[in-house]
Amino acid sequence: METTHKRTRVFPPRAFILFLTALLAGFIVLATAKGAVQIPHALVTKILLNRLPLVDFSGWEKAQEVIIMTIRLPRVLLAVLVGGGLAITGATLQALFRNPMADPGVIGVSSGAALAAVISLASGMSLRHYMILPFSAFLGALGTLFLVYTLASRQGRTSMATLLLSGIAIGIFMGSLLSLILTRISSIEAFREIFFWLMGGLDGRGWSHLKIAIWPILIGTLALIFFSRDLNLLMLEGEDGAAALGMEVRTVQRILLVLSSLVIGAAVSFSGTVPFVGLIVPHIVRLMIGPDHRYLLLASFLAGGSLLVGADLMARTIVAPEELPLGTITSLIGVPFFLYLLNRDGKQVI
Amino acid sequence: MNEGITLKKVSFFRNGQPVLKEIDLQITGGELIGLIGPNGAGKSTLLKLMMNMWKPIEGSILLNQQGMQEYSQKMLARQVAYLPQNSVFESAFTCKEVVKMGRYAHLDRFERESAGDEVIVREAMEQTETTHLRNRLITELSGGERQRVLMARTLAQGARLILLDEPTANLDPHYQLELLNLIESLVEKSLTVMMAIHDLSLAARYAHRLVLLHQGKIIVDGSPEAVLTPDHLRSVYGIEAEVACHPKTGRLFVVPIKLEACGG
Repeated sequence: METTHKRTRVFPPRAFILFLTALLAGFIVLATAKGAVQIPHALVTKILLNRLPLVDFSGWEKAQEVIIMTIRLPRVLLAVLVGGGLAITGATLQALFRNPMADPGVIGVSSGAALAAVISLASGMSLRHYMILPFSAFLGALGTLFLVYTLASRQGRTSMATLLLSGIAIGIFMGSLLSLILTRISSIEAFREIFFWLMGGLDGRGWSHLKIAIWPILIGTLALIFFSRDLNLLMLEGEDGAAALGMEVRTVQRILLVLSSLVIGAAVSFSGTVPFVGLIVPHIVRLMIGPDHRYLLLASFLAGGSLLVGADLMARTIVAPEELPLGTITSLIGVPFFLYLLNRDGKQVI
Repeated sequence: MNEGITLKKVSFFRNGQPVLKEIDLQITGGELIGLIGPNGAGKSTLLKLMMNMWKPIEGSILLNQQGMQEYSQKMLARQVAYLPQNSVFESAFTCKEVVKMGRYAHLDRFERESAGDEVIVREAMEQTETTHLRNRLITELSGGERQRVLMARTLAQGARLILLDEPTANLDPHYQLELLNLIESLVEKSLTVMMAIHDLSLAARYAHRLVLLHQGKIIVDGSPEAVLTPDHLRSVYGIEAEVACHPKTGRLFVVPIKLEACGG
């Protein structure tokens, strides 16, 4: 029997996390170097490292540093946060619902964010202040969570199956409202803006966005990592088994939902809807290092960050100076790769 | 002795239907109790109430003389371990990871497993003879192997009282005996085990005491000889059965003969 092991773990988890960290650092340098003005990778590395304490490099033009520090780096870092945040919440929701198809979309939160964002775009509110769009998207996300949670609760109990179904239903409902709003828009310009927001993108995002997005995403991410053991229990055998091992299941579920919505809301608010990262990245990481969330969550964050930095790099360079929608790129790369993994050696891997 | 669970007039309803009616039950240390009764008699519900997964609508449950509501789930899980029926496993955790999950109730959120936890996990796996499975995936084990790994996890939980829901269901006779021998050896080490079980002969072979549940009520609670009478089997299961003492085991065994008019 020993010889029939399924090779579902390819790498030791710690080594894989180190590899992903290096990969992410590499992607950050690569993406920061590339653009209308090409800056050598070594120079980019120096400029970035120079910001660390006790490091002192020199030998570049002021303009190069400005391009990197004020234009490219914040956008790249936002891509890390958004990709990482979507991936880690995808992993969380897949364990919470014990469902491999769960992703940040299933609890309706991202549709709620999108609807609120489109309302603020279509009504012209978003023009008054650059923070109005992300802020309304964030409110839309949390409001939807509240609505879905209330729908799925009865007499103080919340059924996760009902929550999943009402989340999907509310998501579809919000999507229809959104289409309805789109049909009422007469200006091509506004329509195009909304379309691009819906397809996801990081065009024009800078430090001011990053400074706000970083808090909910990093705090949510860190907090989720402290629930790794709980996620292991929930994923392995669900509510009964977890309660039998000593978990306050209802409390933990509620905390996980709020933390996930916080991260998803913030990510969607600043990037629009970016599909597939939250679904696919945890699966790929699980294939590599197994389902233990003590490693899976951090590894998903790092891998999701790398994927989105890479996708954003393609989005802004392929047809430069025009931009492609970020969401289409993640899907166009993600789907074939995912299908390849699913069918590798004809084995069922999930 | 203070150790044990006491149920006082416990009733439980679901969707307005009574599932358990005025259950009085006392469990003290060192017993192996078989919980028997037809499908839907309320066996699983009774075990879940004792694990605080549902709360009694009426009556009270005391664990070591203290009301159940005074325990956090974590504190409870250090005293009582519960193995649900027919868990479905689809996640590819290794057996060692699964056994380690038994330590959940002993670990703080910000704490890692200590060397002490590792020792407990290792001993639990040795005791259940699952050490060689430690790097195998739980999803690829046979039913018997899986049940032994889950028993290892239950042991790693370190509880003095163990509740098992149909631990021998879906196991072949070899694995059934193996598992029940293991359970018997635990009771000899002064743990207390209460298990729901359908096989009456196995129940009589291993349990010191049987609790017969029917339509949410305890019909009879006592030695296998007192519980497994042809009359009880007729009124509860609606079967005519022969009950005899087996010459080799010295314990009762039950042979169902034919169906009887129900409820007689």
